[in-house]
Amino acid sequence: MDDLLREFLTESAESLAVLDLELVRLEKNPNDQELLSNIFRLVHTVKGTCGFLGLPRLEAVAHAGENVLGRIREGKLSVDAQAITLILTSIDCIKSILAEIERTEAEPEGNDADLIARLNAFAESADAPATVAPTPAEPVVAKVEAAPAAPAHVETAAPSAAKPGAKPAEGGPATAEATQTIRVNVGLLENLMNLVSEMVLTRNQLLQIVRGRNDTELTVPLQRLSHTTTELQEGVMKTRMQPIGNAWNQLPRIVRDLARDLGKEITLEMHGAETELDRQVLELIKDPLTHMVRNSGDHGLEKPEDRRAAGKPDTGKIVLEAFHEGGHIIVKISDDGRGLALKRIKDKALQQGLVTETDLAQMSENQIQQLIFRAGFSTAEKVTNVSGRGVGMDVVRTNIEKIGGTIEMKSVEGKGTTFTIKIPLTLAIVSALIVECANERFAVPQINVVELVRAGGKSDHAIEKINGTPVLRLREALLPLVSLRRLLKLDATDIAEPDEAFVIVTAVGSQHFGIIVDRVFDTEEIVVKPVAPILRDISLYSGNTILGDGSVVMILDPNGIASTSGAGEISDDRTTEEAHAAARGEDRSAILLFRAGGNTPKAVPLSLVARLEEIDVAAIERSNGMPVVQYRGQLMPLVTVNDNAAIKDTGRQPVVVFTDDSRSMGLIVDEITDIVEDTFALELASGQPGVVGSAVIAGKATEVIDVAYYMGIIHADWTHAATGDEHKRVLLVDDSPFFRNLLKPLLAVAGYEVTAVESAEEALRLRDRGESFDVIVSDITMPGIDGCALASEIRSGGAWQATPLVALAANASDIQRGQAAGFNDLAAKFDREAIVSKVSQTLLNLQGAA
Amino acid sequence: MSKPKTTASAGVTTTEERVYVTLMVADQLFGVPIHAVQDVLGPQRINSIPLAPSEVAGSLNLRGRIVTAIDLRKRLGLPTRAADQPGMSVVVDHNGELYSLLMDQAGEVMSLPAADFEPYPSTLDPLWQEVTSGIYQLDGRLLVILEIERLLDFGKAKAA
Repeated sequence: MDDLLREFLTESAESLAVLDLELVRLEKNPNDQELLSNIFRLVHTVKGTCGFLGLPRLEAVAHAGENVLGRIREGKLSVDAQAITLILTSIDCIKSILAEIERTEAEPEGNDADLIARLNAFAESADAPATVAPTPAEPVVAKVEAAPAAPAHVETAAPSAAKPGAKPAEGGPATAEATQTIRVNVGLLENLMNLVSEMVLTRNQLLQIVRGRNDTELTVPLQRLSHTTTELQEGVMKTRMQPIGNAWNQLPRIVRDLARDLGKEITLEMHGAETELDRQVLELIKDPLTHMVRNSGDHGLEKPEDRRAAGKPDTGKIVLEAFHEGGHIIVKISDDGRGLALKRIKDKALQQGLVTETDLAQMSENQIQQLIFRAGFSTAEKVTNVSGRGVGMDVVRTNIEKIGGTIEMKSVEGKGTTFTIKIPLTLAIVSALIVECANERFAVPQINVVELVRAGGKSDHAIEKINGTPVLRLREALLPLVSLRRLLKLDATDIAEPDEAFVIVTAVGSQHFGIIVDRVFDTEEIVVKPVAPILRDISLYSGNTILGDGSVVMILDPNGIASTSGAGEISDDRTTEEAHAAARGEDRSAILLFRAGGNTPKAVPLSLVARLEEIDVAAIERSNGMPVVQYRGQLMPLVTVNDNAAIKDTGRQPVVVFTDDSRSMGLIVDEITDIVEDTFALELASGQPGVVGSAVIAGKATEVIDVAYYMGIIHADWTHAATGDEHKRVLLVDDSPFFRNLLKPLLAVAGYEVTAVESAEEALRLRDRGESFDVIVSDITMPGIDGCALASEIRSGGAWQATPLVALAANASDIQRGQAAGFNDLAAKFDREAIVSKVSQTLLNLQGAA
Repeated sequence: MSKPKTTASAGVTTTEERVYVTLMVADQLFGVPIHAVQDVLGPQRINSIPLAPSEVAGSLNLRGRIVTAIDLRKRLGLPTRAADQPGMSVVVDHNGELYSLLMDQAGEVMSLPAADFEPYPSTLDPLWQEVTSGIYQLDGRLLVILEIERLLDFGKAKAA
């Protein structure tokens, strides 16, 4: 049966049961206005839903009944037995029809003209109060359910007979649907949950005792008890979980109405409706979701004619998506409408005094867009009955934040808007890895765990330290490590660090890092409980839970760990917004900091570093006037950063190893100082050979080393050798911060001066400002103007008409489109080497042609 | 455990009486309004919480609910309890969250006339002033009444 219909049947059965009682009460207290209003409301609701579900017969009866009640409410009719009887009869009729619907899923044939006529006649009698002629009819046939097709009969028996006469249908089939589901107070479920937890603990204790005694007589029943307890626990936990689809059920209908009211064509797509989340959370996000879908339909999507004018299909699309990610539930609401007009937001924000001109000047596009979440903000030019009634996005945000969630918005003018709601798994059940550090146990959500590595002792891996910062070499890559012991300030305890440790390789967004712990136990299904308010400021915990043995453990939040440890000492000063940005892994990358030849800190993206080594100075030989060292069966040349830097005379020399295919190079450094997570924005280009430029990293001006330059010195055949003194300018256009981060340093170290922008619009703005580039590298698929459109635009005229274009293609279809649009060359988006070589080739071809 | 609950109803009926659960912390008698008290517990296994404010002794499992344990001695700036002295605790409900207040010894349930309640001396340690609503003069000793709300407010006080 259709869910909607089932819900209607359940609800109606409940309403009708209440109506029976209330009507009887009304008969006894004819002047009780509140009671009357309630009855009127119930009948009205039933009538409304019938109409909506397309049940005309039911609606007609309910409507007639409502009419009579309306007259009574207006005071034109008095409440007497006759009136009540008549109404009850109509309710019985409704019940019998409902019973039939439940059985056959269709409205039974037949007609209730007789009953409706009576009801109408009675209602009209109010206007002509002369006679209220009790229509004679056959007595009491309320049990119409047996013959649903037959017209309902009306009784006009004496008041005393009315009540019992109206009752019999109550226990009839109409209530059968209601017995399928019952409504249970959430408090009761919560209580059950606690009892079950307690039971699990007791069970575990019992198991422990029996294990010690070897008492076979107890073993079997205890096993059964254990099994039952587990099932009970699972069952009770499940009672709290509901698919998010339950909150979406009403949306298709709302969107349909919306489309009709506004004269728009809208389709609603829903993905991931089966994603389960806690019932309570579900209830709380229901309204914000509904509001946002309304918003999308009302403000977001344009009318068909406007869409046609903008070159879009007539039918607008709203997409709802839900999925689990990183211990959270993500709900996305996107539309392909007009997007947010930045100018309108700015104007509105100024007009309402939310910000000043100066503020605006300093804000990024994204920050300006976020203004819509501020209290009192609404860009709707006119107040429609749908939205713009002062219930703005700020209310939505507040509601979502109340349950510990976050909301973000991304909008591209002309292309659409996407809202992303992130709801924590508060109260939800997750699988977690139980770990131990300094005799304290913690839970790590399994969803964040990529792999486990045993390190130290007899294992193949060793935790190495760079000036106290631990790192792990894992499959030729350096993995930054975080010591849980240090992070949680557990070093004070006298428990010695064991020889052998475990590294939990954790993924937060696109970053990977390792958490060092002493021991790893099992995984356990845990019930996430929010931490006490006093502890909410500690960002390292996402909740706490009770383990099977009854102990309370904290649940570590990898996001919090990443943001706390990534920025090192400055973490305390960071604003929440920045912390969030770090947690999302946006615009941050791991950077190796070192000192070499001078006091200015030097840096290189960690992604380029193959290994960090300390070599024995005695092992350094000279070949061709160049210091070399035997390294992994090859001769590895060593270079110094500049003439001021020198190889140590004795002892061990720290070296940063870079490799490219079969070639490797060791860069002599004085000291490796740190590995930090920071934004990698070159602020000053440099004329100095071997230095890409300067950037502020970890709060200090730092020189970023041009690895390609040194590679070029050593290996003359270095393919993408840069000339060193003349940097070619590359414009990188990609909407994904991840790729921008990946490619920017890659191109930078290949000797290019890279400007990265996040959209084609921004790129075109650079053109209009008169910036020039030697080559433009652009993604194909982007929101807003896509890569192909950008290429066409550039080729169509203007300053960049002749600038070579290289496309980053993600799939085969892009290649054709790209070539048609005017790209000179294409590189597969995920092939880093190909990208660099395509860029250099394109430039070479150009030089050759010139 | 059942004792406070039975006397609680007696406290409700006499409007002029106020009922307190008394507790001993470092030889000082304190009173907690009985309506806030859920349980009185003997020594419990407490799981420590790294990085938590020092007043937070840890968390414990009370019949499937997680209770945050507050060390009253720390909160009141008193010396740490000797290791060999097992502590007890009263569990109080504050805004739906359970907290267990670690103390040395649980006392009795006292019903005291509201009229005898008096403000604390102005010379009282400011830390104590913050968490006290007033005192009662009993035979031979003083009863300091703790205000749960303010007692548990240290997280914010610190942040501000």
